[in-house]
Amino acid sequence: MSEGGNPLLERLAAIEEEGVAALRDAADEEALETARVRYLGRSGAVADVLGRIGSLPADQRRPVGQKGNAVKRALEETHETRAAELRMRESARAAADRDLTRPGRTAWPGGSHPVTAVIDEICDIFRELGFTRVRGPEVETEWYNFTALNIPLDHPAADVHDTFYLEDGVVLRTHTSPVQARTMQTHQPPVRVVVPGVCYRRESIDASHAAVFDQIEGLAVDEGVDFVEFRSTIEHFVRRFFGAETRTRFRPDFFPFTEPSAQVEVSCTICGGSGCATCKGTGWIEIMGSGMVDPAVFEAVGYDPERYTGYAFGMGPGRMALLRHGIPDLRLLHEGDVRFLRQFAST
Amino acid sequence: MRVSLNWLRQLVPGLEGTAEELADRLAMTVTGVEEIVPVGRGLEDIRVARVLELREHPDADRLSLCLVDGGEDPVEVVCGAPVIHEGGLYPFIAPGSTLPGGLRIEERAIRGVTSHGMLCSERELALGSDASGILRLPDGLEPGTPLVQAFDLPDAALELEITPNRVDLACHVGVARELAAEAGLEVRVPPVEGADWEPTWRDGHEAASAGGVTVGIEDAARCGRYLGAVVRGVEVKPSPAWLQARLRAVGARPINNVVDATNYVLRELNQPLHAFDLARVRGGRIGVRAARAGERLRTLDGVERALEPAATVITDAEGPVAVAGVMGGEESEVTAGTTDVFLECAWFDPSHTRHTARSLELSTDASYRFERGVDRRGCEAALARCVRLILATAGGKAEADAVRVGELPGPRTVVPLRPERVQRLLGLVLDAGAIEGLLAPLGFERDETGGLAFRIPGWREGDIRREVDLIEEVARRHGYERFPTATRPTRPSTVPDDPSFARSDRVRRLLESRGLLEARSSSLVARSEADAERPVDLLHPISAEEGFLRGALVPVLLRRLEHNWARGTGDVRLYEIGTVFRRRAEDESGEVPVAEELRVGALLTGRRRPPHWSEEPAAVDVWDLKGLAEEVASGLCGATVEPLPLASGDEAPALGRFGAARWLGAERFELVGPAGRIGVAGGVRREAVDAPPWAEAVWALEFGLGAVELAAPTPYRPLSTFPAVPRDLALAVPASVRAAEVEAVIREAAPEWLEDVRLFDVYEGDGVEGGRRSLAFRFRFRARDRTLEDAEVESALKQIIRRLEERCDARVRSA
Repeated sequence: MSEGGNPLLERLAAIEEEGVAALRDAADEEALETARVRYLGRSGAVADVLGRIGSLPADQRRPVGQKGNAVKRALEETHETRAAELRMRESARAAADRDLTRPGRTAWPGGSHPVTAVIDEICDIFRELGFTRVRGPEVETEWYNFTALNIPLDHPAADVHDTFYLEDGVVLRTHTSPVQARTMQTHQPPVRVVVPGVCYRRESIDASHAAVFDQIEGLAVDEGVDFVEFRSTIEHFVRRFFGAETRTRFRPDFFPFTEPSAQVEVSCTICGGSGCATCKGTGWIEIMGSGMVDPAVFEAVGYDPERYTGYAFGMGPGRMALLRHGIPDLRLLHEGDVRFLRQFAST
Repeated sequence: MRVSLNWLRQLVPGLEGTAEELADRLAMTVTGVEEIVPVGRGLEDIRVARVLELREHPDADRLSLCLVDGGEDPVEVVCGAPVIHEGGLYPFIAPGSTLPGGLRIEERAIRGVTSHGMLCSERELALGSDASGILRLPDGLEPGTPLVQAFDLPDAALELEITPNRVDLACHVGVARELAAEAGLEVRVPPVEGADWEPTWRDGHEAASAGGVTVGIEDAARCGRYLGAVVRGVEVKPSPAWLQARLRAVGARPINNVVDATNYVLRELNQPLHAFDLARVRGGRIGVRAARAGERLRTLDGVERALEPAATVITDAEGPVAVAGVMGGEESEVTAGTTDVFLECAWFDPSHTRHTARSLELSTDASYRFERGVDRRGCEAALARCVRLILATAGGKAEADAVRVGELPGPRTVVPLRPERVQRLLGLVLDAGAIEGLLAPLGFERDETGGLAFRIPGWREGDIRREVDLIEEVARRHGYERFPTATRPTRPSTVPDDPSFARSDRVRRLLESRGLLEARSSSLVARSEADAERPVDLLHPISAEEGFLRGALVPVLLRRLEHNWARGTGDVRLYEIGTVFRRRAEDESGEVPVAEELRVGALLTGRRRPPHWSEEPAAVDVWDLKGLAEEVASGLCGATVEPLPLASGDEAPALGRFGAARWLGAERFELVGPAGRIGVAGGVRREAVDAPPWAEAVWALEFGLGAVELAAPTPYRPLSTFPAVPRDLALAVPASVRAAEVEAVIREAAPEWLEDVRLFDVYEGDGVEGGRRSLAFRFRFRARDRTLEDAEVESALKQIIRRLEERCDARVRSA
């Protein structure tokens, strides 16, 4: 093959230059098709050159064939690119007519109740710490609701419970604490459980009191569980649930089934501790009754109080949901108003 | 329970801190403080004044003119109060000064007479609620004395939260003890000036006499101790200013010097006392016994009360004169005419006092304390203090002998305390000396007879009985806030997660992804929402509307739906997971006579999707419900949803534990799990819900979560890489033939390489023979191991058609 001497190779180079320009510059689909037929068609320019390969001396056929295929690929690529550009231009024109500011098609939002969301989150935090979830009956015997928890029936300590009775000795549980006794009766330590559940008190209903309310109980019992562990665990929970900057304080309180007993307060989630209507100006909000399990409870369920120690706590997810979302009235939680529930829907 | 800050400061000399600081200290180491109430703020300009002369207003019947000595030149003041005494002392505010409410007093003419200031009522001074007259001040004050000086103002009252175990905090000495211990100070009860009565006790086991009164306890279980003293020749009149001020600061109304003395000791030492007019105690005899049926007594509050045998009464020779530990009788109360007083200081049994108070539906300062247990070792000191106060404020002479009936239960309790137990429970290492240092300031005396042990003071005998009770005191005195923070290694719980949580979590995720919102309804309902056959009712409901426990979830959700409809919301998709209740049958065993079940309920109504401009809105129909039920049932436990035929005349077939499910309309399904029916679904009957005219049809389902087993993990099926062959087949079948039957026959007749078949069209009308219906199925054939040939697909279809012709009387429709 002599340098620059093959007319077919020169012809192919010219076809490539012209063809690429024609395809690239095609103004619309029609011009593009015309150019395609002219260069890439059955009887187009490239086909014409390749058809003449047979007339070449044998040693020149191969380079022409190779060049011919390369030119064909280059033209095809250019065609494809230009075709895509023209299609996009066309869709864009159509889209401009369609007014895409109109609203999209949606499905109904579904989601958990805000109190359930609080319960889930509390359970999740304690499950990370090795607690499991248990349930217990809402209709209880006096023994589980009071006696096993060191609450004498004929005592002012039982008065605060304002109990609903179904018949003699049968009550609607006034707290989730009976499940402490039930769990310990059926399992040996180590016991670490959280107990979400519905409780009942004979209270007149207003913005912050309900006769039916949610509670979540926690119980940890093993050898060597002490007040330091109890306090540290609750502090960990508060930071996880309310945020790392939230402070916790423990102050004396009384519950018949814990001793020492403590009320847990957190720095006000609304004002941060400077004092507001939510915290009644104190900067602190009560969130949890708690304490070390009273030995009388261990005795009632058959645990050795000399060997085992533990702590228990209870909180109100309803009130915590009010705090978290700034809901002013407990009654809103139970109306099932779709406008209310939708505000907290997550899906 | 209110305590006065000035009173506390008087009891603990050297006590420092503002009301807020002391409240915080109490909250962190003793008990919560609910409120700090300012007392007597802004009274700096008020002075004590004497009314020198009283005249009628020349121009108004209801007004009077008072010539007032307020410490300076007498001035004339116009006064509208009904009763003013010449020579009496009253609070006076001069022109140019301001009342606590911010009202500035100016000289002004009232009906033509200029008033040079004002005499004030209790309410105007914010010292109480009485606005009916001018506040009469006790005699003996010097005109011109600032009121704040006479009344020890300003003061602050702390409203304390008293937990059932800490009744000792319901008095000033109790609170002072805690504050003193905290501050390293001591409590000093100031002596009563000018009175030093110490009696000679006349003791008796069941009865004793002294000073002309005989006391007998008939029922020792009701009254452990009864002490009494007689003061003769008293002058009953208003208490001195300092005493009135103390009572007012804690919200108690001064009555007269004798009654005020008992109230003062109540609030100082926690011991309730009662003063009888001795002249009205018939026969000079006092007895304590159970009330007898038919006995009546008019109590101090003016109410005539029928007494029940549960109540304990104090009697004289003829009958009841007081309700023991609760309230005195009107007949024997101390009045202005009383000269001789019998003073009772007793220890009434907590439980009996509780029953006494309950039987009369009456709770008083006294019953509150007796129910929780007062210090039975403190009676002597309290009685002596009260007698001295009466002598100091009302004069007279106390009989030297005092009566004392009943006995102490024994020496003070000794409770041992092991330091190693303190460490085990609290995680604090404290030696005996450190523990003693924390407990001794509260009155716990170390007992030296054996190991570390403490004698419990009388005022804590009810609360501190065990080692752990003392450990709480140690923790509290150490300060909860001073405990270190430390993580401890923990062992995993032996208690498994209750499996119902995994079930409910799965159902919740599915329903929420299908656009349902979770409701949490009250489980207290009206009769109509309780179990139809075995309702569970409450003994003493708050109202009939909340007198029962719910028997199912759908009826409760229907009430929530009505709530939404009433607010104009028509698109409602709710679910709830909760407990339902029914009374057990007689032959059904259980700890309690009520069976509980965890259920899921859901309802759908309104538009299928949020409205969109591109389409006509369609309402939710039976197929939406069935689809949802199928997804939940199969996703939960592999259950299926089957039509539940309603035979004619069979209005409410028994649905097992779903009762009559009275809400369920004619289009109904059952959810069938491996072990039988787990729930029902269907249209809601029109009568079951109060719907507005614009409401759409309502669809609901309910099933139990308790017994279901979660579906096992799905085994993997290999994915074929060979092409699929689709085919459609339209069949005309008799209208009585069900789609499910046709599909079952197809599946039975088909080769194993039928990958999928589903109904895609249903048609009735032109082109289909009468009495028949066209069902069109779309088949997808695909083999796992080869490309299917047309011939074998055609042959398989022929086989299927033949079987359908035989079994379902089906005819292939010419396309």
